[in-house]
Amino acid sequence: MSGSNESVRADASASHGGVRGHEFQSWFPESGSVDMADTSTNITEETIAEMRQLAERYPQARSALLPMLHLVQSVDGRVSPAGIQACAEVLGITAAQVSGVATFYTMYKRRPGGKHHVGVCTTALCAVMGGDILMDVVEQKLGIGEGETTPDGLFSLERVECNAACDFAPVMMVNWEFMDNMTPESANRLIEDLAAGRVVHSTRGAELVGWKETERVLAGFPDGRADEGPAAGHASLLGLDIAADRGWSAPPARAVQASETTQEEAQ
Amino acid sequence: MTDLLTPVLSANWADERAWKITNYERTGGYQGLRKALGRTPADVMGTVKDAGLRGRGGAGFPTGMKWSFVPQDNPNPKYLVVNADESEPGTCKDMPLMMASPHTLVEGVIIASYAIGCEAAFIYVRGEVVHVVRRLQQAVREAYSAGYIGKNVLGSGYSLDVVVHAGAGAYICGEETALLDSLEGRRGQPRLRPPFPAVAGLYACPTVVNNVESIASVPSIIANGAEWFASMGTEKSKGMTLYSLSGHVQRPGQFEAPLGITLRQLIELSGGVREGHELKFWTPGGSSTPILTAEHLDIPLDYEGAAAAGTMLGTKALQVFDETTSVVRTTLRWVEFYKHESCGKCTPCREGSWWLVQLLQRFEAGTAVEGDIEKMLDLCDNIGGKSFCALADGAVACVTSAVKHFRSEFEAGYTTPAWELFPYERSALFAAPKGAHA
Amino acid sequence: MSVEAKAAEVATSDLISVFIDGTEVQVPKGTLAIRAAEMIGVDIPRFCDHPLLDPVGACRQCMVEVPDMGNGRGMPKPQASCTLEVAPNMQIKTQVSSPVADKAQTGMLELLLINHPLDCPICDKGGECPLQNQALSHGPAESRYLGVKRTFPKPVAISAQVLLDRERCVLCARCTRFSEQISGDPFIALVERGALQQVGFYEDKPYDSYFSGNVIQICPVGALTSADYRFQARPFDLVSTPVTCEICASGCQLRTDHRHYQVKRRLAGNAPEVNEEWNCDRGRFAFHSGRLADRLTSPLVRDGGVLRPASWPEAIDAAVAGLRRAGSSVGVLTGGRLTLENAYGYAKFARVVLGTNNVDFRSRPHSLEEGQFLAHAVAGRTVGEGVTYADLENASQVICVAFEPEEESPIVFLRLRKAVRKKKLKVVTVAPFASNGAEKLGAHLVPTVPGTEAEVVGKLDADADTVILVGERAASSLGTFTALLELAGRSGARLAWVPRRAGDRGAVEAGCLPNLLPGGRPVTDASARVDVQAAWAVPTLPTTPGLDAGAMLHAAGTGSLAALVVAGVEPTDFADAEAARASLEGAGFVLSLETRLSEVAERADVVLPVDLIEEQSGTFVNWEHREGRVNRVNRQARSAMTDLRVLAMLADALGSDLGVRRASGAKAELTELGVWEGERAAAPAEAAASGVGTGLVLGSWRLLIDGSAGNDGSEALLATAKRPVARLSEATASGLGLADGDQVTVAAGNGVWELPLVVTPSMVDGVCWVPGNVAGVGLGELAVTPGESVQVNGGAA
Repeated sequence: MSGSNESVRADASASHGGVRGHEFQSWFPESGSVDMADTSTNITEETIAEMRQLAERYPQARSALLPMLHLVQSVDGRVSPAGIQACAEVLGITAAQVSGVATFYTMYKRRPGGKHHVGVCTTALCAVMGGDILMDVVEQKLGIGEGETTPDGLFSLERVECNAACDFAPVMMVNWEFMDNMTPESANRLIEDLAAGRVVHSTRGAELVGWKETERVLAGFPDGRADEGPAAGHASLLGLDIAADRGWSAPPARAVQASETTQEEAQ
Repeated sequence: MTDLLTPVLSANWADERAWKITNYERTGGYQGLRKALGRTPADVMGTVKDAGLRGRGGAGFPTGMKWSFVPQDNPNPKYLVVNADESEPGTCKDMPLMMASPHTLVEGVIIASYAIGCEAAFIYVRGEVVHVVRRLQQAVREAYSAGYIGKNVLGSGYSLDVVVHAGAGAYICGEETALLDSLEGRRGQPRLRPPFPAVAGLYACPTVVNNVESIASVPSIIANGAEWFASMGTEKSKGMTLYSLSGHVQRPGQFEAPLGITLRQLIELSGGVREGHELKFWTPGGSSTPILTAEHLDIPLDYEGAAAAGTMLGTKALQVFDETTSVVRTTLRWVEFYKHESCGKCTPCREGSWWLVQLLQRFEAGTAVEGDIEKMLDLCDNIGGKSFCALADGAVACVTSAVKHFRSEFEAGYTTPAWELFPYERSALFAAPKGAHA
Repeated sequence: MSVEAKAAEVATSDLISVFIDGTEVQVPKGTLAIRAAEMIGVDIPRFCDHPLLDPVGACRQCMVEVPDMGNGRGMPKPQASCTLEVAPNMQIKTQVSSPVADKAQTGMLELLLINHPLDCPICDKGGECPLQNQALSHGPAESRYLGVKRTFPKPVAISAQVLLDRERCVLCARCTRFSEQISGDPFIALVERGALQQVGFYEDKPYDSYFSGNVIQICPVGALTSADYRFQARPFDLVSTPVTCEICASGCQLRTDHRHYQVKRRLAGNAPEVNEEWNCDRGRFAFHSGRLADRLTSPLVRDGGVLRPASWPEAIDAAVAGLRRAGSSVGVLTGGRLTLENAYGYAKFARVVLGTNNVDFRSRPHSLEEGQFLAHAVAGRTVGEGVTYADLENASQVICVAFEPEEESPIVFLRLRKAVRKKKLKVVTVAPFASNGAEKLGAHLVPTVPGTEAEVVGKLDADADTVILVGERAASSLGTFTALLELAGRSGARLAWVPRRAGDRGAVEAGCLPNLLPGGRPVTDASARVDVQAAWAVPTLPTTPGLDAGAMLHAAGTGSLAALVVAGVEPTDFADAEAARASLEGAGFVLSLETRLSEVAERADVVLPVDLIEEQSGTFVNWEHREGRVNRVNRQARSAMTDLRVLAMLADALGSDLGVRRASGAKAELTELGVWEGERAAAPAEAAASGVGTGLVLGSWRLLIDGSAGNDGSEALLATAKRPVARLSEATASGLGLADGDQVTVAAGNGVWELPLVVTPSMVDGVCWVPGNVAGVGLGELAVTPGESVQVNGGAA
């Protein structure tokens, strides 16, 4: 067991170590549960009916819990105590079990998210390519830190982990839509446009409508926007373009197929 | 000799509205399914086995063999679950595939389900990619309307339901048993094995869990034959696959090539390392695969080639870092990722990642002390191979490989902050605006 | 325990050989490596492993090396021995012989300690802490951790009696697995993720489980502590005594720890055949009532209408005077809380000293049919002749009639739940609604209006693999015992009576019934009497059955009985509490033997204090007929004497001789007497009740944690009690214009209760259910028993 003098030393080293925003956190005064102090809710009978509808999509109802919690966020803008209770009642499990699930996954928020939920990827590759700078830019632009929501309720900010778009690094996400190849300039413009209510499109996706609307899609209620945006971004098509330029392709199927057919006929 | 690049999965990505079913059908889509339904499930499974398709999610387990583990005499329902939780840092192949051509996956799902005899399949896609979710939802709806999914598929008598299920943010759900717990509406923590999912998976029923790219490879294998597939790639690593090149290269992107291409070839195709810079280190298949350096540029990127170099092919996520990059900083960020994503179930991962981050922060800040490298390596030894699942092994691998190749940079951490040795702004693609930190 | 128990069941041919550190050991297939190592005395350190919980492999402390899986190939990585099933000829190297395993274990302890606070000196667990112990035996001498420790606010009260300190937690998940797997109360769960993962609960729904105390006991660190025991003692200052629980008839083996003449805590003992390693919260926490201000420490005699303290000789003289006047016109009410030996003392005292068969332990609604049933089917059996816990576990079906296992015999409930979970046992409950306990058993409800049980039982199916459990409440539904005997007879099913109180089964055996002498001997059988006369060296014994408890009270009230001798009995428990009180007040002479100044004592002419259970030794007989030892825990300076000793003194003073003065003597005499081997008393032949009450009919049973006098003073325990409610079906409620949550009044013969209404979907129509005791006020105050009519109205009384 380490002595207390060592802990003091560690504190000191932690305080001047690390990059701003990456200080080592060790005191967790509010963990363990959603915000029980805020009991407000917009959940209605209709929401409950939709929860039941989700439960029916699966061989076992509990499988619908993740979608149901997305639905709660689409209605309440966070995982509300009422939402936890509703999930527990619909599924016949305890509120503690729902809470255990709601607090496990990072997409579930304990405090009201903004109309637009902004994420900046700062996992290794994006961070190195400029994600750390972007995070700083966005924090300054919005005047809030990670995990916070602007007082006007327009934006919330999150440091996201790798979002599977590394060939478009550095990457931001708005309402879980891709914003590829971001720069400080494009990040500032993005926020200004959204704040001004101008129409903004994901670089590889739909128009940025709102985080709650996204949560409803994730719950399993499509919004009819699947046909917006391109099939693929430029980086996704790079190899395909090069192959086309150079006349490369997979081997022709027919020749191989023919020999297979012959074999079959021979048998 | 096959061409250097062999687009199959990505062949239609540039097509107009490639995600629509009619456009997919126009380029031969669902022909594999029609062919499969005309054969016995065992025959379909045999073709996938003969093709030599290996899991594209990282482990490289033969897909057809995985299917054959499903006990067909088990009276319980059988399930197919597609692992579309792509979250391994560096990995970015499944998302473009599902966004551009979701029907390639859906067709694969139907064929695979038919082969293993399951009547309900789930596509578990990470939640943080809403547009991919939309395209999948629509593709499944279109496939129902077209009679490819639902009761009596194409009049074959075979019935199948497919559900698109969005996750909610947890890297660990890419681990197949954690994914199953998550899909059952629980905390995504890995399960004890045995029993293996093939025997007791979803709802304790026989279940196959396959990566997106593995399943998406099935329609072309059925349509074109096992020999066609096996004509690409190397002896034990057959077929074409998606390589994802990212980082300090001229043009990052997706390259579909036969297994066995080298990083040198891929970087050349991309136009080289970032202008004026040179390669320093890279990952072959995401952050969990031990890093390599310029001396490994010519290893064949197949399962055996990667293993021979002391690493793993993983997800073929090639993250390239040039000489401006601090290995210490990059390693710290990876380990922070693992700490953030550790599910908390087992001690070495939960506590070890907590400790490793603090150690690495000291190296980054230049406040580590003599002996910290040895301590860190010993800690890695106490974590690696002791944890419940492979997550912690990944966390340890990036640390030990970084120390192995760049020990002096860690030694520098006894005296000098990483940001002084490697000013962070130089690694970025742009300068920090006034007032912003690098 | 499980390995040995298992090994005994398995034929030698099914054993396989494995090698632990080179030593061959034979174990059944499927044995976990950690258990196999235990068998040869190799103690592999562990935290999450618990033999009664499903393996989880979470803490990774028990790493071993497997150089050979038995097929010549080794495992590349060290393995967690708590999840590793052995294979034939497997080689397992523990820390004893493997440096790899040893380093893995040391490294794991170092990791477990990096975030563990250094508060052992103020931690309740210090001194008996597996983390502390194993850190010393297997851990590193010093930590290399220089970082900051994870901290949380603490402690968090996850219920009124369980406190959580998240900093101490090693996330072994024993508590959450217990709550889900064993008791079925997953009100606690792991929440958050990664380094923040913690045991959590939902604030609005505290961990109010009847079995919550077990998680404190199995916590391998001081993360879960008892509000009741917190900071009360250091483990090494406690003196431990194995005892048998005095609460219910489950027969739990417990460990009672005391210090400075005061019981500090009670823990579940290790009794694989009975309570395994669990007990209920009432058994664990309800030990305070004997230290309240109303504890009797000196005899009392009534003087000018007022009870005043008296010396023992004066009190004995007064008692003798009262009893002499009464002659054999005396009734003896013993209650259900006596040890076998004390009960025997009363049974013998009634016959030998007083010359009457007026003795009855049943201080609750009872019937003639019940007495016949007990004489015919229960009394005079030994363990093994009847149903056992193991039989419950191996049955294909268990039918519960007038019996709620979780409320009335919690360890029976746990065993049933284990069988449901592990062996696909089917449980059927004959009840007015599916209680929470029934739902946790997945029980099939046969909806039954109270009073019609006999009719319902007549239509049940059973087979030889079925066990029927009937509770004491069947006594208030005429014909039920008869119908059950008939069902068992025709199907080959086995039938067991599970009474509610720890002393009930022993009282039957001891002869505290008006129709039974000790050992199940019918009082009306001459040869049975001869047996007893010989053993007791008396020329004659009364030949006709005595009065039952209700009749005794009635007779005392009307003067046809001259005196009552009453042990621990509460008027509120009788069918008509007011009538019981009136009888006590009207009786010519009442002698009370009590531990506390009870309602009976208050109405007595002479009160003689007797020992608490913790102050005496003896035996409890559980529902299986299994004997459990009661050991004297401590003896306070102010301690009185046992009931038996007081009865012997009284006998002496009355010029008679009880023949026994101590528990050991009573037990020896009872053993010598043995059980009746002659013809059993005839089975009851009671017709099914002709009908139930008109209008709404009452359903009721007592909840485990309620206003029982024995729970007095256990504040934390009482704070976890279920909220008393009235229950109606949807149709019945709407027919009365009532809705869920309404305050309703439930009225019957004697009184009115006001309770909130819970509309209960599974409830049979036409029945109103209320708990049997609300804050110490029993159903007897309403003078109504289940099956009789009640009136339910909305609004306040």
